[in-house]
Amino acid sequence: MSPTPAPKPAAEKAPALNRAGLPLTAYRGLPSTLCSGCGHDAITNMIVRAGFELNLDPSQVAKLSGIGCSSKTTAYFLGQSHGFNGVHGRMAAIATGVNLANHTLLNIGISGDGDTASIGLGQFLHMVRRNVHVCYIVENNGVYGLTKGQFSATADRGSTLKHGEVNEMDPIDTCALAIEMGCEYVARSFSGDQKQLLNLLKGAMRFDGAALLDVVSPCITFNNHEGSTKSYKIAKEREEALHDVTYVPHYEPFFADYDPGEKHTVRLPDGDRIVLKKLDRDYDPTDRVRALELLSQARDERLFLTGLIYHRKGGPKSLPKQRNLVEEPLSMLPESRTRPPRKVLESIMDAIS
Amino acid sequence: MPAPASAPASSQNESARHAPASYPLINDFVLTVATVNGSGSQSANHVLFRAIFQMGVPVSGKSVFPSNIQGLPAWYTIRANKDGWIARRDKVDLLVAMNPESAAEDLRALPPGASVILHSDLKSVLQRDDLKVHIVPFGELVAQACPEVKLRKLLANMIYVGVAGWLLGIELEEIHKAIEHQFGKKQKAIELNRNAANLGYNWSAEHLQNDRMIQVRRMDANRGKILIEGNAACSLGFLFGGVTVVGWYPITPSSSVIDNLASLLARHRHDPETGKATYAVVQAEDEIAAIGFVLGAGWAGARSMTATSGPGISLMAEMAGLAYFAEIPAVIVDVQRVGPSTGLPTRTGQQDILKAHFLSHGDCRHPLLIPADPVEAYEFCALSLDMAERLQTLIFVMTDLDLGMNLWSAPRFKYPEKPMDRGKVLTAQDLERLKKFERYRDVDGDAIPCRTIPGTRHPLAGYFTRGTGHTPAATYSEKQADWTENLDRLARKFFRARDFAPAPVIEAPSAGDIGLMAYGTSDLAVKEALDILRREGSAPPSYLRIRSIPFHDSVRQYLERHRVIHVVEQNRDAQLTAILRMDFPEYAARLRPLLHYDGMPLDAKTVVTKIRQAAS
Repeated sequence: MSPTPAPKPAAEKAPALNRAGLPLTAYRGLPSTLCSGCGHDAITNMIVRAGFELNLDPSQVAKLSGIGCSSKTTAYFLGQSHGFNGVHGRMAAIATGVNLANHTLLNIGISGDGDTASIGLGQFLHMVRRNVHVCYIVENNGVYGLTKGQFSATADRGSTLKHGEVNEMDPIDTCALAIEMGCEYVARSFSGDQKQLLNLLKGAMRFDGAALLDVVSPCITFNNHEGSTKSYKIAKEREEALHDVTYVPHYEPFFADYDPGEKHTVRLPDGDRIVLKKLDRDYDPTDRVRALELLSQARDERLFLTGLIYHRKGGPKSLPKQRNLVEEPLSMLPESRTRPPRKVLESIMDAIS
Repeated sequence: MPAPASAPASSQNESARHAPASYPLINDFVLTVATVNGSGSQSANHVLFRAIFQMGVPVSGKSVFPSNIQGLPAWYTIRANKDGWIARRDKVDLLVAMNPESAAEDLRALPPGASVILHSDLKSVLQRDDLKVHIVPFGELVAQACPEVKLRKLLANMIYVGVAGWLLGIELEEIHKAIEHQFGKKQKAIELNRNAANLGYNWSAEHLQNDRMIQVRRMDANRGKILIEGNAACSLGFLFGGVTVVGWYPITPSSSVIDNLASLLARHRHDPETGKATYAVVQAEDEIAAIGFVLGAGWAGARSMTATSGPGISLMAEMAGLAYFAEIPAVIVDVQRVGPSTGLPTRTGQQDILKAHFLSHGDCRHPLLIPADPVEAYEFCALSLDMAERLQTLIFVMTDLDLGMNLWSAPRFKYPEKPMDRGKVLTAQDLERLKKFERYRDVDGDAIPCRTIPGTRHPLAGYFTRGTGHTPAATYSEKQADWTENLDRLARKFFRARDFAPAPVIEAPSAGDIGLMAYGTSDLAVKEALDILRREGSAPPSYLRIRSIPFHDSVRQYLERHRVIHVVEQNRDAQLTAILRMDFPEYAARLRPLLHYDGMPLDAKTVVTKIRQAAS
C-alpha cells in the first residue's frame, strides 16, 4: 500500500463537491419542525445524502407530498427544488399530473401510512397500476401523529395505543398491494438502518416507473411505548435484512468477492446497479409469488423483513411512455406545437357545415 | 312537449294551454319523434334535422332521453322557425309515434288539429278524433326494405324520415345528402338507409293524404353555418387553446367533451416527424384523482383541464380550494345536469352556479365563464386556458346538457387571432437578471404574482407550494397579517378576471326602467319572449346577458339604471341572483328571480308568462 498523500491545506477546508459540482448542503432544506428524534428526520437525512451521492440537479426534482407529519418533510430536503405539499391522501394524483406535464423530472413523493394506506389507498393503487414515474416513500409509523395518536391502517394486529386501546385488525401492507398492482421496485426498510435505507433510496430514485419504499419510522411521541409493534426498540430488535444492499454507480467498478449464487444484480436505466448479497435466507426478489408469500408469512409470524422485496422489469411501460409523449416536457412546448394550424380548423368546419 | 316530468295527465288541460295554430304552418312548426332509447333512432332524427337545415330553414333539435342505454322512452324534438326562434317550444304540431310505451300519453298531450304519423301497431291506442292521423305499416315496409331481421329495427326509423319528409315537403335529395353525411364512408349503411327513406317517401306519396298544412319551404338562412354539439365545440376550444394534459372521469352529460377532444388530439397533435404526442389524456379512477392530475400538471406548467358535471364538481371541492389558495392554473368544464345526487342525469339545468363559484372550504371564489351557444363554448374554452395561466387560478366553464349534448346550428368558428397567454412565468434568464424570486409577492401591483415552472434550470427557480398559510416568499406562516394580506390579494386577483373575461351583452336596450338578466342557454328563449312581448304591443324589458363572473362594471351600471330586474335562471333557488345580491347589496331589492327548473330547456312561453305575472 502506498502511503496516503498529505492533504492540501486549502482543499481540506472547502466542502466536498459531487459530480454535479454541489456540496452536500445544497441538498438540505429548512430545519425540521418534527419532534426531536423522529424517525422521519433520519429518512430526510438519507434523502439528502442520496441526492448528493446521485449527483442530482435539484432543479430537475419535484418534491410531492400529501398531508401528515411525513408530508411536511419535503420542506426539509432539496431546498432548491420545487415542492408541492398538496391535500391529504392525494399526492398520487398530483404526481401523475406532474409526470405527464414534465416526464423528465424526478418525482420524490413523500407520504405516510395514514396518507397512503387510509385516505389515499385508492389513489396510491391506481398510481402504481399506471406506473407513474415516482419514487414513492411511505414513512410508516402505524399511527396518526398530527392528530395525536390514532391508529392508522398499517397498525399491526395486537398493537396498542398509548392509552391501551388494542388494534384487532390486520395491517394493510402497502408493499404487498403494490406488488399486486404491478409495481416493479418494492422495498421495505427501517429509518434506523441508514446504510440499507440509503442504497434502497438511490435505487428507487433511479428507477424508471413507480418505485415504492415503505420505511418503518417510529413515532417517538405517540407510538414508541411498550405494546406498540412499531416502536424504535421493537423495530431495532426485529429487523431482519433479506440481503445486504449495495448501490453501485455506473462510473464505479464493483469488485466484491461474492460467489455467483450469492448475489443478485438489479440494473437501472442509466447503468447504475444495485447488488444484493445473500444473507441467511435464500430469497429471489424477482419471484412475484414468492414475494407475496414472504410478506404474508412476515405478517403472520410478526417478522420485520427489510430489503428489496420485489424487483422486475417487463410489465407495463411507465406512464409517459404508455402515452407516447414527445421528448420535450409538455409544459415547455411552444405554441407552434400545441395549436394546430388554421387549415385544420377550416377543414373541421367544412366537414360539419 | 313530451316531458314525462311536466306533461299533465289530462288531455283537456294540456290542449287548453295552447293557442290554436294558424295553418298552414310554413317553416314554423315543432315535430316530435317518440321512440325507444337505444333503438338507433338518433341517426334517423339527425338526418331529418339536417335535411331541414340543408333546406336553409333555421332549426333546432333537442333530445330528451332516459338515463339508460336501451329500452325506455325517448323523444327528439325538432323546431323549425323562419324567424330563428328555435328555443324549445312545448306545443307539438307533428308527432311521429313509434313507441308503444309512451304512445297513449304522447297522443293525449297533442293540441287539437295536430298531425300524427302513427305506427300501425299502435292504432288501438288512438282515442281522439281531433287529430290528423297518418297510419303507416312500418313493420311491413321495413320487411320489404331489409331482408336482414336484425337491422329492421334500425331501418324502421329511416322509413319515418321518408314519411315525414314527404309530408313536410322536404326534398328527397336533401334527405339523401343528410344520410350520406350521417353515415360518412359506410357505403352499405348509406345504401340501406337511402332505400328505407325512399320507401317511406314513395309509400306515403302513394297511400297518404297530404293537406300541406305543415311545410318546409326552402330558405337561405343557414349559409355558412355549421351544426355542432356544445360539447364538441368545447373540445375544439381546448384543441386550439393548446391544451396539453387532460385528466377526467366519465360522467353524463360531460363525457363527450373528452371523448371528442381525445379523438381530435389523436388526429391533430402528434409530432409529424416522430409520431409522438404533444398531449396526454388520462382517465382517472374518480373525479378527485382527475382534478389531482389537472392540478399536478397545471403546477408543473401544462395547460390542463377536466370536464365533469354536478356530482364530479362535489368530489373536486377540496382540490378546488387548493388551486385557489396555492394559485395553480386549472380549468373545469361543468356540463350542468339536474341534481342533487344522481338527480335527473339526462336533463338540463343551471344548478351548479353557486356551488362552482364558491367550490371548496374557507374563503374562495372562482371565475365562471358561461357560454350560451356553440361559438361561445368554443371561444370561452380556449380563453379559459389563457385565463387560468394569466390569473394562476381555477377557471370554470359552465355549460349545460342542452348546449352540450344537442346539435346546434352556429356560424363557423374563427381561428384564434391572439397568441396564447402563458401568464407571468419567469425563465432561468429572467431569474438571472432579477437575482430574486418570491412566488407570492405582488411585484407589479396587479395582485398577480410571478411563478416558475418546475424544471427551470436555475437555483432561484424552486419554491414550496402549500395549502397552509404562507408569506409572499412562499414560506410557512400562521401570522394573522400574512393570512389576511394574502387573502385580500387573492380577492383583488379574483376581480382582475374582469379584465380578461367576456363582458355582458346588452341587447335591445330600452328607455324603460324594467330590465332582465339571463345567462347561458336561457338566451334564445329570452330573446323569443321579448319578441313575443314586442309583437303584442307591450314594451319588453331591456336585456343583459351575463357571460362571466366576477361581474363587470356594466352589470352595476345596468342595476343602477333599472328599477326592477328580472333574473332568469334554470334553478330553484335563484343562485346567480344570490351572487348579484352579495356583490351589489344596494340593488338587492331590485332583483326578481324568474325561475325554471323542471329539467327541460327553457321555453319562451314560460318567460312571457312569468314576466306578465310579475307585472300584474
